[in-house]
Amino acid sequence: MVKHHKYYLYTIVILLALSGVSIMIGVGDLSIDNPKAVELLLLSRLPRTAAIILTGISMAISGVIMQLLVRNRFVEPSTTGTTEAAMIGLLIVAIWLPSLPIIGKMAVAASCAVMGLLGFFQLTKNIPPEQPLLIPLVGLIYGGILGAIGTYVAIVYNLLQYLGIWITGDFSGILAGRYEFLWIAGGLALLCYWVADQFSVAGLGKSMSNSLGLNYSQVMIIGIGTVAINSSLVVVTVGILPFLGLVVPNVVSRIMGDNLRETLPVVAGLGAIFLLISDIIGRLIRYPYEIPAATVFGVVGALVFLRIIFARHSHA
Amino acid sequence: MISIRNVSHKYGSQNILSDLSVDFPKGKVTALIGPNGAGKSTLLSLISRQTDLKSGQITLDDVNINDFKPKDLALRMALVTQQNGVESRLRVRDLVGFGRWPQHQGRPCAEDHIIIDQAIQKFELEDISTRFLDEISGGQKQRAFIAMAYAQTTDWLLLDEPLNNLDIRHAKTLIQYLRKLAHYDQKSIIMVIHDINYAISGSDHIIALKNGKLSFCGQTEEVATSNSLSSLYETSIDVVKHGDRAFAYHHNAI
Repeated sequence: MVKHHKYYLYTIVILLALSGVSIMIGVGDLSIDNPKAVELLLLSRLPRTAAIILTGISMAISGVIMQLLVRNRFVEPSTTGTTEAAMIGLLIVAIWLPSLPIIGKMAVAASCAVMGLLGFFQLTKNIPPEQPLLIPLVGLIYGGILGAIGTYVAIVYNLLQYLGIWITGDFSGILAGRYEFLWIAGGLALLCYWVADQFSVAGLGKSMSNSLGLNYSQVMIIGIGTVAINSSLVVVTVGILPFLGLVVPNVVSRIMGDNLRETLPVVAGLGAIFLLISDIIGRLIRYPYEIPAATVFGVVGALVFLRIIFARHSHA
Repeated sequence: MISIRNVSHKYGSQNILSDLSVDFPKGKVTALIGPNGAGKSTLLSLISRQTDLKSGQITLDDVNINDFKPKDLALRMALVTQQNGVESRLRVRDLVGFGRWPQHQGRPCAEDHIIIDQAIQKFELEDISTRFLDEISGGQKQRAFIAMAYAQTTDWLLLDEPLNNLDIRHAKTLIQYLRKLAHYDQKSIIMVIHDINYAISGSDHIIALKNGKLSFCGQTEEVATSNSLSSLYETSIDVVKHGDRAFAYHHNAI
């Protein structure tokens, strides 16, 4: 038997340490003798750290689920048009339903993300899985088209500023009262852990799933629903965070494999860890100003992504 | 018994199976043979419901296979397909463990672990049980997938070219083992097989397809003759006796 306890332990210890660092960093004074320190902690620092952890978890889990369902290591919401579809949903809300409460916005964005995902599955269903780079390529083009549609609509309706906010994932605007929907993503993570084995079986392919009697459509519904809701939650509250859902599951898969029952806690934890590090770097590098976490992770993530692709080729 | 009745199947406009009717006997090793493109794999995937049946009927013990729930069918038959090279990065033991999925639905109990251990032992996978699927050889992988199907403990075992990638010793062991399963444990086995000598020596029953139609079928020692095999494969094959065992001699033209 392979023991994974040490990975769980590392993940928890590092996550706790980084959370502590993340809470301590900031322009405001958090020392004991500042009478406003508790208020600062509860209104700004804790919400920000919680938002980062929840976002990291939800993006990493979305990535690993998509990779198992599509059976391709290079897919995640931002390489399959899902985030762009969610963004189109937000534009629709901004143009025609501006008075909708935030939960309504989220619902419209999630519905659009579901449609975007279904479109992606439709587009790629005839691509042979033996061509691992073809699927993300199609996904990127598809996402590019959806993004272009979004940009065009935004220009026509003079909403480019909105788009700018959503495109770059950034935690500087997070305050108590503006991130709580992300807890839904935390709930979805638990649901995914509950049915983790089903995703692993689906990852063995359709014929194997069939012959093991897996309820394939149920797995697809849970998977697509989770990815769509997670993506729209993150786009609405934080903005797009590319590569996170791609890098984290690939790193974990190299070390621990693809048995989701065992790897999911580490995937979730590592997603949070990577994002915490990016946010901390972004906050320190030009202190007291900030660089968005998405930008920092974009640089690191792109490098890791390339490394994964090349490693794979030399391996095969 | 699995009964095929008037089954036809097309891919596009091409007939793969046309009006096929044949029975797979219970408790026997049945070799499904025939030249390339005869429809063997298609028949296997129709029986295991990998492909939807469009015309005709397939019954398992007189129950239409379309009447089984996915889970119930998974408890009755296990399938080993040809591997296409795209694998999850699972450990061998985890893969074999997923063979118990129909029984445990993701929550394995002690009995499941015992059966998984047996399967690993039976197919000599102990040394590689913690290795990842993408780090072992083709033959080892093949054995892992067969062990997984074995762990499913179904009455019917369907294997599409199970000898692929196996060396002589493992191929022989597998065939002997499949015969034991049929004769001592009353399992029914269907294997698509290309090596005609393994088909003759390893099966009780042969079903031969050609161009989507039944060429011949029956007890192996009765139907595996020089004439029937030569006309099936359209090349000369001599079935000779070596001791009391039949042997197909077909290399003479090379």
